[in-house]
Amino acid sequence: METIELKTELETKQLAGKLALLLHPNDVVTLTGDLGAGKTTFTKGIGEALGVKRTINSPTFTIVKSYQGLLPLHHIDAYRLENSEEDIGFDEYFHDGGITVVEWPQFIEPFLPEERLDLVIEKLSGEERLVTLKPKGPSFEKVCEELMK
Amino acid sequence: MKKNQSKYILAIETSCDETAVAIIEDGQKIISNVVASQIESHKRFGGVVPEIASRHHVEQITLVLEEALNQAKMSIDEMDAIAVTEGPGLVGALLVGVNTAKALAFAHQKPLIGVHHIAGHIYANRLEEEFLFPLLALVVSGGHTELVLMREHGQFEVIGETRDDAAGEAYDKVARTMGLPYPGGPEIDRLAQLGSDTLDFPRAWLEEDSFDFSFSGLKSAVINTLHNAKQKGIELKKEEVAASFQASVVEVLVEKTYRAAKQYQVKQVIIAGGVAANTGLRHALKDRFSKETIKLSIPPLRLCTDNAAMIGAAGMIAYQKGIKTDWAMNANPALDLEAYGSR
Repeated sequence: METIELKTELETKQLAGKLALLLHPNDVVTLTGDLGAGKTTFTKGIGEALGVKRTINSPTFTIVKSYQGLLPLHHIDAYRLENSEEDIGFDEYFHDGGITVVEWPQFIEPFLPEERLDLVIEKLSGEERLVTLKPKGPSFEKVCEELMK
Repeated sequence: MKKNQSKYILAIETSCDETAVAIIEDGQKIISNVVASQIESHKRFGGVVPEIASRHHVEQITLVLEEALNQAKMSIDEMDAIAVTEGPGLVGALLVGVNTAKALAFAHQKPLIGVHHIAGHIYANRLEEEFLFPLLALVVSGGHTELVLMREHGQFEVIGETRDDAAGEAYDKVARTMGLPYPGGPEIDRLAQLGSDTLDFPRAWLEEDSFDFSFSGLKSAVINTLHNAKQKGIELKKEEVAASFQASVVEVLVEKTYRAAKQYQVKQVIIAGGVAANTGLRHALKDRFSKETIKLSIPPLRLCTDNAAMIGAAGMIAYQKGIKTDWAMNANPALDLEAYGSR
């Protein structure tokens, strides 16, 4: 388990961009962090690196927002599914050749693929953030090794 | 029964939590408009956990379709085209509508028309009155806050949108922090009428020439104010919090819409989406545009929320332009409004 300290919002976005370029089609990344930790900022960084031109904004109400870049990007916010056990067709997102970012992953734990990258973002102060990398499976361990370089 | 030369479209909408079918005559007249949650046996309670799983749509689509045809006293063979929400939305939910539409169109040899969900929300207004171009639409709901410029039918330019939360989402989160019953938006609107703007919450204007929105900072400011007051043992009046929060949201929405309307010299401004029901927003818009020759249109509440009539209204434009969607059409959760408009 590795951690990375980031000084500015720009550094957070740059880390996200670097990560995006290391990911493969059908990869799933989860983001855990408090309100204001920077989950959406991180997702915007991934989207920009994937060539998404549209504004990436909150999927809380719609639960999923999808974007077309070099690869499809699916941005899932499971916040409203806390008391639901419904499968809203998660596999359709995880296996359509794109990258999926999941916020509030604990609410859809049974549907998440076993192999994935879990990230925890903590606010230290101002724009400073601490990102903890928790890769699940060998291919994501490799992604994290590359990311730390 | 079908009469005269009118054109009829059967429209289907299943992009989120409503299963809906409508029959529209000539793009502007509702013959029938059925939404699953309105059918007695399917009335939902609470509604906090969204019923968005495809199986809910599968269970309801046939019933809703039959009901729409029964109310219209028409058959599918009398339709001129089948329209359906192609995206954006939840892929599993969209697939139910798309596959139903494809099956009906194929079996009855009707043209198939894919419709963009937000185009539908804008076209809900055309069920009330004809459009005047150029036209500016403020689309404001739980999931969307955007300003869309239309220079002609079926063409869309997104000139501004939220960079973080949608306005409706900010309402929902603030209401939850205040401990208000669900749905929180109408409750804040009600309380706001009883209080006044005393707390001076921030307004996010962003860059001077930007028509983008941001409600995340306001949401955090309100939540912090509530937490701080609680820690100090100060009791804030709910009416004051609601009125101050609503004043900030409404001022930014109205002012940006007004500036965009002037800059693009539009003839009509229309409001679309669930937050169009907000009385504070309605009054402020009417005030701001009262001295202008720009026509302001606010649709009735039943057409603000998700329905299929709006999909039929938007689908009619594609039908008239001769734009058909081919059999390869699939649910497209990432369908882009501007790209859809340039088909």
